[in-house]
Amino acid sequence: MHWNSLGEFFAMGGYAFYVWTSFGLTAVLVAWEVLGLRARRNQAWRDLQQARLMDQTDLGEAR
Amino acid sequence: MKIMTGINWFKYSSPPAFYPLAGLLIPWFYTLATVFAAVGLYISFAVAPTDFQQGEAYRIIFVHVPAAWMSMFLYLVMATWAGFGLALNARLSHMMSQALAPTGAMFTLLALVTGSLWGRPMWGAWWVWDARLTSELILLFLYIGFIALQASIDDPRRADRASSLLALVGAVNVPIIYFSVKWWNTLHQGASISMTSAPKMAITMLTGMLMLALAFWMYSIAVALVRVRCIILERERRADWVRQLVEVKF
Repeated sequence: MHWNSLGEFFAMGGYAFYVWTSFGLTAVLVAWEVLGLRARRNQAWRDLQQARLMDQTDLGEAR
Repeated sequence: MKIMTGINWFKYSSPPAFYPLAGLLIPWFYTLATVFAAVGLYISFAVAPTDFQQGEAYRIIFVHVPAAWMSMFLYLVMATWAGFGLALNARLSHMMSQALAPTGAMFTLLALVTGSLWGRPMWGAWWVWDARLTSELILLFLYIGFIALQASIDDPRRADRASSLLALVGAVNVPIIYFSVKWWNTLHQGASISMTSAPKMAITMLTGMLMLALAFWMYSIAVALVRVRCIILERERRADWVRQLVEVKF
């Protein structure tokens, strides 16, 4: 480990903005994709559930 | 070999068989991605020494290079699935290429932005119209074009064929990106790692980059599998097996 202090680590030798924006953006994009996919999956399940309920009521009326 | 022949691999080319298999694999690929990312980040920030020319700014390449690799690699995988889809008329193949496109686009954007963030302090410019940068920007447009074309055609089978054709034609751009630093006089540096010669960098830096590349690779497989499962649910919603799936779940 070649960092003498936490402050020195965050300062990144004066390149803090460039380094932390790069890694931060990576984290943000990954989180956005994972959460977006979770929402998409839940929506797909909800749509299927709703379609199933509508089928059931249709059948009930037909009888 | 016995395992390879014991399982009927073609069985998994149909959505009803593939859907549960993908569900089983997803947590493993997420776990592998997390482990490789942790090791890669540790090497990037704690082990790798300061570069004597670039200072600490060079640490950007630990995400930039793996992201750029993934942007090209995922495009080739996407185009391969598109080719299979066209040749075999297999709907799961088209769904796979569709599932890879947003992740590929994400890594392309990441490669461009991190490259820009490295270029500003090192070259003194956010952007130059250099062959490497321009061809990578075209790659982003190809991904976006593929997604937009798929979304703009209502009939899914026609949308599959049209977007797959675009994916295949666009694949010529990938070797152009890769060899651009050789073919043209670019500001972007040449490859630091090649198949034919020893890497031109310290072994710790190389290990850090490879670990993050592996993390991105495992992550891409995980999210592509999650997305292909969403696409299956959305597109096969009228199929009996999907309906039964809902009954089991709720």
